[in-house]
Amino acid sequence: MNVEAAPPALNARDYKSDVKPVWCPGCGDYSVLSSVTKALAELALPPEDVAVISGIGCSSRIPAYLNTYGFHGVHGRATALATGLKLSRPDLTVLITGGDGDGFSIGGNHFLHACRRNVDMTYIVMDNRVYGMTKGQPSPTTEPDWDSALAPGGTGLRPFNPLVIALASGANFIARTFAGDPNGTARVIAQAIKHPGFSFIEVLSPCITFRPDQREWKTKAHAAPVDATEDIGRAAKRLMTDDGFTTGILYIGDREPFALDDSIVAKGPADIETQFLV
Amino acid sequence: MIHKKDDQNSLSVAITGSGGAGVITAGNMLLEAAARAGLYGLFMRSSGPQIRGGEAAAMIRLATHPLDAPGEIFDILIAIDWHNIDRFAIELPLSPDSLVIADPSQGAVPDVITASGARVVELPLKDMAKATPKVRANMIALGAVASLIGLPGDVVDGILEKVLKKRAADALESSRTGIALGGQAATQFEFTRPLEMPPPSTQKRWMISGNEAAGMGAVRGGVRFVAAYPITPATEVLEWLSPNLKKVGGALVQAEDELASINMIIGASYGGTPSLTATSGPGLALMLESIGLAVASEVPIVIVDVMRGGPSTGIPTKSEQSDLNIAVFGLHGDAPHIVVAPTTVGDCLFTTQWAVHLAEALQVPTIVLSDQLLGQTRATIDEPADPGFVSERSVAAAGIADYHRYALGDGGVSPMAIPGGAGGQYTADGLEHNETGNPSSQVADHISQSDKRSDKISGYDYGDHWAEIEGEGELAVITWGSTTGVTREALKVLAQKGHNVRLIAPRLLAPARPELMAKALKGVSRALVLELSHSAQFYHYLKGYFDLPCPVASYCRSGPLPYRAAELVTRIENWSAS
Repeated sequence: MNVEAAPPALNARDYKSDVKPVWCPGCGDYSVLSSVTKALAELALPPEDVAVISGIGCSSRIPAYLNTYGFHGVHGRATALATGLKLSRPDLTVLITGGDGDGFSIGGNHFLHACRRNVDMTYIVMDNRVYGMTKGQPSPTTEPDWDSALAPGGTGLRPFNPLVIALASGANFIARTFAGDPNGTARVIAQAIKHPGFSFIEVLSPCITFRPDQREWKTKAHAAPVDATEDIGRAAKRLMTDDGFTTGILYIGDREPFALDDSIVAKGPADIETQFLV
Repeated sequence: MIHKKDDQNSLSVAITGSGGAGVITAGNMLLEAAARAGLYGLFMRSSGPQIRGGEAAAMIRLATHPLDAPGEIFDILIAIDWHNIDRFAIELPLSPDSLVIADPSQGAVPDVITASGARVVELPLKDMAKATPKVRANMIALGAVASLIGLPGDVVDGILEKVLKKRAADALESSRTGIALGGQAATQFEFTRPLEMPPPSTQKRWMISGNEAAGMGAVRGGVRFVAAYPITPATEVLEWLSPNLKKVGGALVQAEDELASINMIIGASYGGTPSLTATSGPGLALMLESIGLAVASEVPIVIVDVMRGGPSTGIPTKSEQSDLNIAVFGLHGDAPHIVVAPTTVGDCLFTTQWAVHLAEALQVPTIVLSDQLLGQTRATIDEPADPGFVSERSVAAAGIADYHRYALGDGGVSPMAIPGGAGGQYTADGLEHNETGNPSSQVADHISQSDKRSDKISGYDYGDHWAEIEGEGELAVITWGSTTGVTREALKVLAQKGHNVRLIAPRLLAPARPELMAKALKGVSRALVLELSHSAQFYHYLKGYFDLPCPVASYCRSGPLPYRAAELVTRIENWSAS
């Protein structure tokens, strides 16, 4: 009797490349990188069937640190690039990684439409409420009174709430996690990948270089007191009124993901050329 | 009165009226009926900025030979009304030989029309339409024109049946009535038919617009994913591709903006699917940063730019050749890429198909510079043979060991791993990188990767397709894109007068190939550069990037008024005599 050898189980480090991150010591993104690899290992996804797409910023460097396929594109357009890839290659698992500036400022429009389009992908935003790569400017999620060289005394602008925007725009899975809890983050990422449609995870990922005050996030982050809701009205109220540090899966929707129609039996170009005949 | 044939033995008809009067419908039916009668044709449209309403003109030229340019004058102008005629009378050149058919109920014939000395006759289109239930003035006008130029009645009727088969049954009957009314009325007008109907031909013909041809070229080349944002005058490329891509197993996605559409096609192409977008100048401007990403990450994509008048919003509905600079020079950094331009409506198919082939073979973004004049003109052409250009991308075999995505050597083209292929995992990157694809800011990597990106397109053999080169002679005209067809016609006129002038129209604009241009100019003592750009972009590009072995002069002007052969004949004669 033949016993087929089971394929060797992959563990998290099999998803890591040998490229050394450019991040500062203490950056929350190290922990998110480790959570991504743990989630991929938990789901036993072959690395060649995973593509991780990013834009520009500290956290957008992640693809090069992984042993999956990856694309480190231009600033703000990762969700669009990932949409083209996933629509044309539905067999792949597509993740998008990036930061708050990349996703909510320069990429804001694409964020809205990615949620609305609801393609089966998972978008992980490492939110540190600051532009780190350009050394400390305010982002759309920065507090209004945060002082910086570019905006002395603060921007005076109310930060916006990406989770509420994701919900209003049609994201099908909304979660918040804290980088200080890599195992919890890994579990949420795995669930987000498994959930059909566009999944959005905001990871509170401190930048202690430019925002040393964010060391306090470990005392602020707290698990949601109740389970994820499927009720969009309840989710809206919870997301609108929470303190921004509630972690866990906060909304799970059941919208049908958008995919291209592959039911058509393809003809050749010569068959459609007949329409031009006089 | 004896009608004077134009130099090219063709006939031009304009049908004008305000939007909704149905002049474009009538124009399409005239072109198609003429095509079925064996005539080649060209149907240009002029429309104002209004979304609905406003002025519209259907401008049709017919001949027994293929046509690539508008005629000199309109032999027949039939006006359903004179609404806003001042705005576009300049686009409707008339002469004392022209016949103007006017509806007396629409007021006096405007001065801009009578100033030409054209013969004016009256046809009460509106009253005739009113007198017969459901008959429309545009069908009466079509009947009059068809009768004057001698199109067989059964052919016109066949087109009516085809076009109206999906409408209510009485629509066909009322249109038939209109055509008959117009035909009978037209017999009172004196008009010497300038066109002999051609003998029957077995040559298969197509009726196609430049924008449809670009779409068909994309499909033939293997494009199966398109993402795009609507923009005039490129939208018809997309509206044709959307249903037709589906039939060949592909798809079109409407993106939220041009930034998204260019990135979507980069993503799809990275995944292994030949991909394309179509846009116009404002959209191309938005896409530039990401086209640079495709250069750096060596992802093949095709961008069709259907040019319109610029700068900024410019004149969306009309043509100009003024995106050459942005297409060739718009990318930041040293970013070698390919720019090609179709020369005729039919060539939009060949050139776009070739562009897909080049992009895929060389893993480089390729921009196709069409324009409104090519894109929105519908032509009757001989069925184009398939040149066989298809996507031939060098793909890394799955299971490859020690894979280096950006390996040096082999002329700069390195096999591309496709997601799903084990062992090929790499990160495509806009950051400079080493051979493996890992980010690198090292001097040696930047130099070697810059060489790689440049060598692969400069060392490629583009073959004879790089340019249209016709005729002999010591004088040459160098032009490109939509100005090629009318230049060709001007040179025919000059040849009839005994002046032989060479035509050189590069289809490949970038990378610059000075050695090919020098070869094409061998034996030429002087050259004139023709283009539809106020700042002579093509002339300056040639002067700056090509070793031109002879003195070169420029004739250029802004759009949107297209060149006609007579203007170019005069310019070339003045230049050659100077």
